[in-house]
Amino acid sequence: MDGQYLLELRHITKSFGGVRALQGVSVAVGFREVLAIVGDNGAGKSTLMKIASGALAPDDGETWLEGRPIVIRNPRHAAALGIQMVYQDLALVDCLDVVTNLYLGREHCWRFCGIDVLRRRDMEENTKRHLKQLGVDLPDVRTAVRNLSGGQRQVTAISRAVFWGTKLVIMDEPTAALGVRESGTVNQLIRSLPQQDLSVIVISHNLEHVFHIADRVVVLRQGKKVGERLIKETCPEEVVRMITGAEPPTEDAA
Amino acid sequence: MEKDEGMRVSALVRAVLRRRSTLLRVASVASRHARVLVASAGLLLMCLALTLMSPYFLTVPNVLNVLRQASIIAILSVGMTYAILTGGIDLSVGSVLAFSSVVSAVLMKSNFPLVPSLAAALCTGALCGAVSGALIIGRMRMPPFISTLATMSIARGLTMVITGGMPIYGLPSTFAYIGAGYVLGIPVPVVIMAVVYLLACFDLALTRSGVYHYAVGGNEEAARLAGIDTRAVKLRAYVISGITAAISGLVLASRITSVEPLSGLGYELDAIASAVIGGVSLSGGEGSVLGTLIGALIMGVLRNGLNLLDVSTYWQQVVIGVVIAVTVSLAAPPKK
Repeated sequence: MDGQYLLELRHITKSFGGVRALQGVSVAVGFREVLAIVGDNGAGKSTLMKIASGALAPDDGETWLEGRPIVIRNPRHAAALGIQMVYQDLALVDCLDVVTNLYLGREHCWRFCGIDVLRRRDMEENTKRHLKQLGVDLPDVRTAVRNLSGGQRQVTAISRAVFWGTKLVIMDEPTAALGVRESGTVNQLIRSLPQQDLSVIVISHNLEHVFHIADRVVVLRQGKKVGERLIKETCPEEVVRMITGAEPPTEDAA
Repeated sequence: MEKDEGMRVSALVRAVLRRRSTLLRVASVASRHARVLVASAGLLLMCLALTLMSPYFLTVPNVLNVLRQASIIAILSVGMTYAILTGGIDLSVGSVLAFSSVVSAVLMKSNFPLVPSLAAALCTGALCGAVSGALIIGRMRMPPFISTLATMSIARGLTMVITGGMPIYGLPSTFAYIGAGYVLGIPVPVVIMAVVYLLACFDLALTRSGVYHYAVGGNEEAARLAGIDTRAVKLRAYVISGITAAISGLVLASRITSVEPLSGLGYELDAIASAVIGGVSLSGGEGSVLGTLIGALIMGVLRNGLNLLDVSTYWQQVVIGVVIAVTVSLAAPPKK
């Protein structure tokens, strides 16, 4: 287990037509770790995460999960492997309540004459317990997701991603649309996930948040990895320099 | 709509009765079902007003009459609700009503036994729904409006072809029992309506396949990402719509012991109106069959009441249109 990573992407290359989105990028996330991926627009962050979550296939490179090489065929396969992506638009059904959203696609049912009858009370109890365990405070799990604030919706989406035997949660700009207080709630939740035996990869433009929640940061620039630091061994200024190219790439940038 | 209304209602109750947790729970449930409660209140007010305005309204024969008249549209509206919940619409319900009842009438006149003839009508309805559904989910990805417009026309055309444009009279008296008979003092059409609604309520609220209709209509992409077979769900909705149209057609045919090639013409609009008044959102994912029932009853009571008050049918049309506009705009969500 020592020195082994949860997910390793090795020498990932991806092009779209003539555009080289990723060139030989290697990124790894360890167990119970929050990894932040930063970089300017067009650096390749979203592309890399789409590959990690199975939405895209790389042109070249390898994916290793818990020390074994694998090929992630599609997002459903990724989810089955324990990799869950929280999408930008949250992929929640607004008019349905929190319980239904959490269980969407995987409802607990009684089978009765060939009909699947929902075990509503069971699912409601489990949802409340799960949210309590995550430290998420929602007033009413039976309220429609649409009636929740932006931050509450984000934590609902994250709670859903975490619900199903997940090992790795990938998030794309989770606090982008949120105010200060709501970002705090979401960041606190992200920060607490390693205690639940989860790893997290967060794409973010917000370095202040990155320095609050991440253990390590990887900097991408124009499709290449130009730097990787432990958060406690660096500072925002250095990271900014790496993002803009003012800092020369270090040897560990593959 | 639900958010504003519901939030205001529950905020008010919370402020007044801070420590009454039971009442808080009631308020929370109420805010979730605001639309249906408002519609029910409207129905009650209307009944109250009509009771005061006409001595004939609240009599047993009249109430049974209202329910019996409303049952045809009400049954039709169940299928329409399914289609709208998945984010679509079914314009063909009126035509399928006619087509399926014509199929069963032709069989009955050829001395087919009653039950297989009824089953044939339901199968015809299901088949029409399947065709509508297939056009929507198939490679053509036709918008439901267009697909059901096509099946509406085809079904009506086939009805005219089979009947030669002429009504079919003289259906067996055993069949007439459906329309004219009573079960424990309640007209059979009303019993059928109750059974259909109970089944639909159960399906949509308590089963996995029922809940999926809301998911597909609310956010199809999210439903797909969650692993739901969105195409199967949509197909199911339209098949159910075809079946309820067929049931409705049988009830209508049995009441007049004949089938007319133009029966059901325009009924789809009444079905849509019932659903919309009852709080079903045309963009999908929201609403309940209970609301649709209230909507159908509102329209039935309105028509009956205006009849009792000797208002001409032309003016009745105007009133119904105004009621639709007012009820929908009263509870419409504020445009953001």
